[in-house]
Amino acid sequence: MRPFTYSRANDPASATKELAGNPNARFLAGGTNLIDLMKEDVERPSAIVDISGLRLTEIKPIAAGSAKGGLSIGGLGKNTDAANHPLIRQNYPLLTQAILAGASGQIRNMATNGGNLLQRTRCPYFYEVAMPCNKREPGSGCGALEGVNRLHAIFGASEKCVAVYPSDMAIALAALDAVVKVKNAGGQERSIPFADFHRLPGDTPERDTNLAHGELITAIDLPPNKFAGKSYYLKVRDRASYAFALISVAAGLEMDRSDGSGTKIVQARIAMGGVAHKPWRALKAEQFLAGKEATVENFKRAADAEMVDAKPLEHNKFKVELGSRSIVLALQMAMNGGKA
Amino acid sequence: MDVNETPDLSDDEKKLFEDLMPEDLDEILDTGVNRRHFLKLVTLAGGGILAAQSAVAEQLFTRPLNVPAAAELSSATIENGVNVSLNVNGAARKLLVDSRMTLLDTLRERLELTGSKKGCDHGQCGACTVIVDGQRVLSCLTLAASCEGKSVKTIEGLAKGTVLHPMQEAFLKHDGFQCGFCTPGQICSAVALMDEAKRGDASYVTEDVRKKTAPVQLSTEEIRERMSGNLCRCGAYPNIVAAIQEVHSGKPVEQTFRFSA
Repeated sequence: MRPFTYSRANDPASATKELAGNPNARFLAGGTNLIDLMKEDVERPSAIVDISGLRLTEIKPIAAGSAKGGLSIGGLGKNTDAANHPLIRQNYPLLTQAILAGASGQIRNMATNGGNLLQRTRCPYFYEVAMPCNKREPGSGCGALEGVNRLHAIFGASEKCVAVYPSDMAIALAALDAVVKVKNAGGQERSIPFADFHRLPGDTPERDTNLAHGELITAIDLPPNKFAGKSYYLKVRDRASYAFALISVAAGLEMDRSDGSGTKIVQARIAMGGVAHKPWRALKAEQFLAGKEATVENFKRAADAEMVDAKPLEHNKFKVELGSRSIVLALQMAMNGGKA
Repeated sequence: MDVNETPDLSDDEKKLFEDLMPEDLDEILDTGVNRRHFLKLVTLAGGGILAAQSAVAEQLFTRPLNVPAAAELSSATIENGVNVSLNVNGAARKLLVDSRMTLLDTLRERLELTGSKKGCDHGQCGACTVIVDGQRVLSCLTLAASCEGKSVKTIEGLAKGTVLHPMQEAFLKHDGFQCGFCTPGQICSAVALMDEAKRGDASYVTEDVRKKTAPVQLSTEEIRERMSGNLCRCGAYPNIVAAIQEVHSGKPVEQTFRFSA
């Protein structure tokens, strides 16, 4: 690991100021991704500002006193605490499942909610500094495009980058229409709708998100939803646990009757992981399902409507069929209380 | 024993080093036997050269090693030093660490707690699992600098004197290891998991996360999922799960292995 200066931030204002003054400085929260990337020489910060002691950990109703107006979860709260908070388990079980599908117990105890969103791709060409990678070193080329690309994107990729985004938590947050609250060194706050938080690679794959340097994620807001009883996070991977997704699907179904007996879909929410450079909202599938009966036949047609636009690479053609089946299965499991 | 104390060598021991490692004798007499000397001696012993002096060497092998105290580390070897005060297994420790130093390396190289193992050093195997402020975490991805004021429990801190922790006992009973390298991480992870189950934490295989019950009774499937961050290349998983299930349920679990008749 290259040498770096280390400082502990006492409050968000001093943390953001310290970062703003040095383009080569990084925040350290849980460290589960950053420290690893520093060991691999992918990340080479000259200064680390430790924000893990900041008290941005609260989980609370957005409107004081009632969870009905949605929840705000602290940017520096731990993943384990978010997943197990009673209000989240009750009102956002999709988020609980997605967090618990990711990493391991140890890592979820370390990783923070804001940090989770800023995970970098696990593309092996990004990790291996001897390989070309436009994300790591703009202009050096993409090793995966013509290389081993079994794990790579089937939606929204560019000639510059075919990497996929690794977080599970963020896939659920995309389906939940979460809002990311950030603060900069000038003390200004802004709210970024989840769909605008992460980016497609385009010509600048080195930029994963639309967060400016020095902006701090203070909280993630979860708006209320009407599909807590009909949601499921399905993760398909090479081994049963502790592996990144080949495909994941966060599914939520708002039905015409809220007591569980409804058969007609008012609104569907579907987001996919493992398919793109950002959480992929399956808007075409959602559109197809609005107003339709919740039948397997309709789920299949919705999945087809989404997957028809997939552009697989040489080694990941399997993701098209797998993605289609995963959408159907996730919707079935959302409908049937977690059972297929 | 104070780590700076130099154990006096007996005449036989002096003779042994004089014969076998004359180039190191002055240093040994001056500062005692350190890890390098020890390893060298072990290598010689392995080659059968020590046969004649085996009793003397054996006596030496049982001696505690002389390790440099933190203060003796040259400041040139520490870049961007950070002062950290933390509690390790009940004892307050104060250290000046290189900002790059992980908690794992600090435990192993500075505090001589080599129970926590460096497997992959990238957060993929769990061998370095320790318990920080009651939570299991990966010490290989934790900077020591970020541990100011924290309480760290390692495998060395689980037993009370000579009385093993129930999880250690269960791993012995169920043969929850073969080579033993992943074991300290497995046990620390399992110990913390017991508390998570008492709290009623959910997992990805929990049937309905909206229903919260505490404590939660862990099935075999649940234990496997919740322990998935600890890899065992020997494949002792069935025995590890049995050991954890025994401690978790408080009831004896049948051993999955048999001694041959």
